[in-house]
Amino acid sequence: MSTFATTARIGVRRGLIELKQSLRSYTDLAGMLFPSAILLVVMLFMRGSTIGTTGFSLGAATLPSSIGMSVAFGGLMALAQSMAVEREDGTLLRAKATPNGMQAYLISKVFSVSVGSVIGLLLLLVPGAFLFDGLALGSVGSWLLLALVLLIGLVATMPLGAVIGAMFKNPRYANLMTLPMMGMVGISGIFFPLSEAARWLQDLAQVFPIYWLGLGMRHALLPDSLKVVEIGGSWRPVEMVLVLTAWAVAGLILAPVVLRRMARRESGSNMERLREKAMKRVT
Amino acid sequence: MCYILSYTLDGEGAMAGDGSVIEVRGLRMRYGTNDVLRGIDFRAERGEVVALLGPNGAGKTTTIEILEGFRMRSAGDVRVLGVDPAKGDEAWRARLGIVLQSWRDHGKWQVREMLMHQASYYAPYHRTWDVDELIEVVGLTEHALKKINRLSGGQRRRLDVACGIVGRPELLFLDEPTVGFDPAVRREFHELVHRLSDEDTTILLTTHDLAEAEKLADRIMILSGGTVIADGSADQLSLQMATESEVKWTVHGQRFVHATTEATKFVHDLFKQYGDDVEDLEVRRGSLEDTYMAMVMRFETNQLEVAR
Repeated sequence: MSTFATTARIGVRRGLIELKQSLRSYTDLAGMLFPSAILLVVMLFMRGSTIGTTGFSLGAATLPSSIGMSVAFGGLMALAQSMAVEREDGTLLRAKATPNGMQAYLISKVFSVSVGSVIGLLLLLVPGAFLFDGLALGSVGSWLLLALVLLIGLVATMPLGAVIGAMFKNPRYANLMTLPMMGMVGISGIFFPLSEAARWLQDLAQVFPIYWLGLGMRHALLPDSLKVVEIGGSWRPVEMVLVLTAWAVAGLILAPVVLRRMARRESGSNMERLREKAMKRVT
Repeated sequence: MCYILSYTLDGEGAMAGDGSVIEVRGLRMRYGTNDVLRGIDFRAERGEVVALLGPNGAGKTTTIEILEGFRMRSAGDVRVLGVDPAKGDEAWRARLGIVLQSWRDHGKWQVREMLMHQASYYAPYHRTWDVDELIEVVGLTEHALKKINRLSGGQRRRLDVACGIVGRPELLFLDEPTVGFDPAVRREFHELVHRLSDEDTTILLTTHDLAEAEKLADRIMILSGGTVIADGSADQLSLQMATESEVKWTVHGQRFVHATTEATKFVHDLFKQYGDDVEDLEVRRGSLEDTYMAMVMRFETNQLEVAR
């Protein structure tokens, strides 16, 4: 008889199979490498500038911020997009028709998005460590904090990503979500210190998880002296944990409701409608 | 996020005992003010193959989706394997097989990989098919390592069937199973259905192909306007309708054709009149298609009269 552990094992196996498929596909590999490559090039161009009066390279300071951003993107967008696509192509319906299928499906998504985030993180951090000086990579504390921020960031963003993915029937609309995401990145102090922005912009940015993920990553990977550039001249770790936890709680309350509703509506005739719509799009 | 969908621990899944595999009484479905199902009653016993026929919009898909637990009904009493599908847990689901009209899901997966994975969901509950044997049964052995998106339409459909039965279901739902099959593959598929029903699998299928229904089903149910207008074996249905038979014969080398609802009497009269001169006699009973068309038309005419 089945236990939760069995389902979890099936879900992880499912995630591993899909990961193996991604690693063998050139398009998927390019999709993984490309964003990191672009970000690194951007950072190289910013290497000459320094932050405020610290004399610290803006390029190096952007590296941790970008890692925070890519964790948020993975949790929100990668999950939402793959759910929207797999809902349309019938993967979710098949999961529903299979005992414990929906649970295993979600576990596989949690697994693959987490692994994807770690890969994305390493693709930025490893080359970054060679390209930029001054990162605080030597201490155990840095790595522990990095792991903590990564974990709490994933828990804060994945349930929201699942909600977004469940809300959009059409994968194209889910893709449109990239635009507000880009806007959020623009105001979240990823590519410049937020303390230099207008006050209202600062307040707005601090509502969303991206700013806090960037801040947490900077706290983990930059020398302590750089906190003078941050709002309030502090890394504000307590606030960072509180805000991200608040998003996690909101997501974890909302996601089960939305996902159950989505799962309930999944049926063959519903699928057929989505499929016909998609066919019209293709032609 | 693992607890997102409520998890049922080792649900006992209430045994069906000697009750029917499917029991439906007074099933109704209403969307807004539109009655899609207006009180359906039927049963299916262990090992029985039941075909659900009916014009588009008759409520076939709605009925099947309610039985699969994919759709909530408006009213009526429904038991599938002894359990109300609206409350069926995962242990119950493990006893069902659903052949989906798939499209392009799992395109990057290999055939064998996919079936091994699907089987693993059922393994905690009961014995599953041996995947390689199953692949052979559905004729995909030489494609076992192919990616699913490289399969032809018919091959893909056979994979769907394999996914539906890999968990050795007690009850199998087949929605339009052979659309896009060539005749040889269709015949193999029919043999598979017979084999499953010999192993006591109950099968509920929908089809537009009346010859297929006649060949596969022990019982045929015709659905029209949200009610069951006929229920019986193909023979029973055609007797019930007394459709016209076609009588052909030759006398002195001349060929005659006559349509009649009383073929036996007509042939008797024929011999009385011409005796030994009657040659090449052929009597063709109305096909299931004739019966079906007659039934649906009679039902629709009645509906119109009621409306007036």
